[in-house]
Amino acid sequence: MKIDSICNGIVLDHIEAGKAMRICAALGLESLDCTVAIIKNVKSEKMGRKDLIKIDEMIDLDLNALGFIDPNITINVIREGQLSEKKKLRLPRELFNIVRCKNPRCITTVEQEADQIFCLVSENPPLYRCAYCDAAYHGK
Amino acid sequence: MAVPELRHLIDIKDLSLDEIDTLLALGDDIIARPADYQDAAKRKKLATLFYEPSTRTRLSFEAAMLELGGSVLGFSSQDSSSATKGESVADTIRTVQCYADIIALRHPKEGAPVVAARHAAVPVINAGDGGHNHPTQTLTDLMTIRRELGTLEGLTIGLCGDLKFGRTVHSLIAAMVRYPGTRFVLVSPRELRAPDYVLEEIRRGGCACEESHTMEAVVPVLDVLYMTRVQRERFFNEAVYVRLKDSFILDVPKLAHAKKDMIVMHPLPRVNEMSVRVDENPHARYFVQALYGKYIRMALILKLLGRWGA
Ligand SMILES: [Zn+2]
Repeated sequence: MKIDSICNGIVLDHIEAGKAMRICAALGLESLDCTVAIIKNVKSEKMGRKDLIKIDEMIDLDLNALGFIDPNITINVIREGQLSEKKKLRLPRELFNIVRCKNPRCITTVEQEADQIFCLVSENPPLYRCAYCDAAYHGK
Repeated sequence: MAVPELRHLIDIKDLSLDEIDTLLALGDDIIARPADYQDAAKRKKLATLFYEPSTRTRLSFEAAMLELGGSVLGFSSQDSSSATKGESVADTIRTVQCYADIIALRHPKEGAPVVAARHAAVPVINAGDGGHNHPTQTLTDLMTIRRELGTLEGLTIGLCGDLKFGRTVHSLIAAMVRYPGTRFVLVSPRELRAPDYVLEEIRRGGCACEESHTMEAVVPVLDVLYMTRVQRERFFNEAVYVRLKDSFILDVPKLAHAKKDMIVMHPLPRVNEMSVRVDENPHARYFVQALYGKYIRMALILKLLGRWGA
């Protein structure tokens, strides 16, 4: 595969160096049948080093999971060899079963079926609070 | 006609100031015309699910429902495992809502009422979740202040005692920062200062705030003196407790320079932080506060049963 020649697919750009593998796992890219290129430590003027992921198929991305891991990623959607759309990520407003509440007094520590929900309270710096007990979560 | 929205009360911040006003006004009306409300919840049932004991709060809810002509059922337990044999909160709610029209839930774990509300087809009221929220206590406090001082605006509120772990204090602050002109005076030992997020909330609300380590100096400026328990188990060291406890005990001489209309409040039960001699003092309001607690719970039950806004 020539890495630059995606016809219909997605390029995740500006990934913080070192996070590509985690993103692969979070998005389940290992189980795709199409070509997936993971390019690590690419030189970048803006970032010094960055990672890149190219997916040679139009798949549905879990933007919440992606935004949670790295909100600075750029998503380039390629159609018929042309860049057709560029999306910036935002911090997800809600983290649904992504992180566990660490407050030992929280009901989610004993209530088996309770979903783990954190809601975004402020963006910069990121602050989430548990929807049950209000425990703070600062991301990462 | 659209079905009115199912509402719960989990956190005092779930209510807008207008909604709080509506509840307080309804509470006033119940006090003024009790006969008009004696059948208002007839044939309705309140379930009080108390996974930890709180006789005072449970009786207040039950008295409120009975006075509206409704009936009550439920459990209260020293040991939550015996109450439900390890059943999840979600399953308990799914069962209980078959029998009751409204639920008051008290639970030692923080956020348990959120779980309940997510599974309930009837209104859920948080009757205290661990050290987290206790919104009907806060409504009681607001009703007491408004009834006794005639307003919730422009007041100087002194909060005294355990400001670190005292959830009633945190909720009252969260409620009062929304009223214009509120000033706070925080009186506590250094070990039991209000946590940073509470101070931050006051700052964000644009309210004036001062901290003090003694009561005498600040009493003359207060409109409300809100006392809380200073519990022995909050201190790592018995010597510190013994040294500090007396400076946070309210007695009659400390009230000598209070404003004429200043009121002394306390969520009760007290231990030794308030001399019983204060009970007869004209500033004391903590027993009438318990009475207002019943009226505001009546108002809340009625509003939630009627599907708010209907
Ligand atoms: Zn939690």
